[in-house]
Amino acid sequence: MFKSITLGQYYQTDSVLHRLDPRVKLTATLVYIICLFVVNSFPGYLFAGLFLVCMIRLSHVPFGYMVRGMKAIVFLLVLTMTFNMFLTPGEPLLRIWKLTMTKEGLSTAIMMAVRLSFLVIGSSLMTLTTTPNQLTDAMEAMMSPFKKIHMPVHEIAMMMSIALRFIPILMEETDKIMKAQMARGADFDSKNLMKKIQSMIPLLVPLFVSAFRRANDLAMAMEARCYHGGEGRTKMKPLVYQGRDWAAYLILLAFFAGCIAFRATSHMVPFPLGAIN
Amino acid sequence: MISIRKLIHDYFRQDEDGNVSEKIRAVDGVDIEVNAGEFIVILGHNGCGKSTLAKHINALLFPTEGEVWVEGMNTTNEDQIWDIRQRAGMIFQNPDNQIIAQVVEEDVGFGPENIGLPTDKIWQRVEESLKTVGMYEYRKKSPNRLSGGQKQRVCIAGVMAMHPKCIIMDEPTAMLDPSGRREVIEAARDLNKTEGITIILITHYMEEAIQADRIFVMDQGKVAMQGTPREIFSRVEEMQALHLDVPQVTLLAHSLRKQGIRIPKGILTREELADALLGRRPAAL
Repeated sequence: MFKSITLGQYYQTDSVLHRLDPRVKLTATLVYIICLFVVNSFPGYLFAGLFLVCMIRLSHVPFGYMVRGMKAIVFLLVLTMTFNMFLTPGEPLLRIWKLTMTKEGLSTAIMMAVRLSFLVIGSSLMTLTTTPNQLTDAMEAMMSPFKKIHMPVHEIAMMMSIALRFIPILMEETDKIMKAQMARGADFDSKNLMKKIQSMIPLLVPLFVSAFRRANDLAMAMEARCYHGGEGRTKMKPLVYQGRDWAAYLILLAFFAGCIAFRATSHMVPFPLGAIN
Repeated sequence: MISIRKLIHDYFRQDEDGNVSEKIRAVDGVDIEVNAGEFIVILGHNGCGKSTLAKHINALLFPTEGEVWVEGMNTTNEDQIWDIRQRAGMIFQNPDNQIIAQVVEEDVGFGPENIGLPTDKIWQRVEESLKTVGMYEYRKKSPNRLSGGQKQRVCIAGVMAMHPKCIIMDEPTAMLDPSGRREVIEAARDLNKTEGITIILITHYMEEAIQADRIFVMDQGKVAMQGTPREIFSRVEEMQALHLDVPQVTLLAHSLRKQGIRIPKGILTREELADALLGRRPAAL
């Protein structure tokens, strides 16, 4: 259950995407997310999906890795879809007891589902091809203008990267604690929601205790290795734009322009109503 | 190179109002002198203050009373704290909790980055220190995929990359399996022999203590015994009184001696015992 989340797990291989400057990848992910909200037509989503598939192929990361990350959001996906389907007013399509499924609802639901999955796969793609340290560097570099207004940019970036590094470790630990509790008769598979929530307590308490202990150890180890904030710190892998990075920016710009074009030409028919009709 | 003088360290336990409710003396008047290039082992059972002592050498803790000097620098001098931490590196028990980066080489580069070295220098140091501990071919790997012993060697490389004069290892093998333990101890001994790095190893395992130049045994915050491994391990009863084991062979030799068999004191290895039983005088004694 906990091994399924791939967010924050670097997939070690060599590809163009791996070698790309992390600032490009970060920008691209942000732009991609914006694009997902810009496009609103079936061809638009097809375009965004195609782009994503191309990127996945370029990354040399097995497709299974991306999809595995999706499992974690299935619940959220189903929930938003259900709410959207039944609570959007409009032309009735189907009646179940007191609930009416509307055409508009179905349309928004599908749109939300597509958006959400593309969003998760898109951001997983970034974290799968970028080490958290590179990601930190990118965020630090991109947010450095905010240092002028005394924002602790370096500290935030460092915290993020450490959080990402400890996700798999804490997952493993959760798994271990769960098994230990199960060996002593804890029931995590109960269908009863109340029981399920109750069974989380003996899981979360030891997990938190251990997380704090780890945090303490890590802070000490970092201090022992002369860590004293961002001041006077140099970079082992300083960010320098290469030719391919500029090319990537160009492709990204083209993609963005494409999305806007799809939005402009989609007219009044929101996706996927057109497809259903 | 390291001199600890009359060191006292108190931990304070506070109640809810922030008043000191209890004072725990973890280190109580310790005097230790360590010379450059020595391999020192500190032994002691849980809670005897050995970890607290170790953290003083790295200026992670400061003396309640007494002084700690590292290469002529007093640890209470805040201006030199980063110099001290650079010269005296530290390895902790759990390798997972000391690895900061997701890639081996980035983690090794963390220390040099912190002390502000130029980029090309950092790469040079990362390469040489990964080669020293024999982890160079793993430089692009994720630490999560390494074994415990390998992770701990990466941590050692991370410290080595700062060019320390001394490495303090606080039970670096406690969480490892026997083969991992051997890896780490061999790496430490190599550094001591070939690079001349002073090693202060804190451990539970007596087998790791045999190769030390000197051993300090701590009990209730004090240095209870000190001397060469041979001196320390020949005092079997004293060690047992401190709830510490001696190596099995030494214990066997001790029992045989008590039964009236004439063999010399301070036997540490199987070969020595075999020699002694055959009536030859062991070469090392």
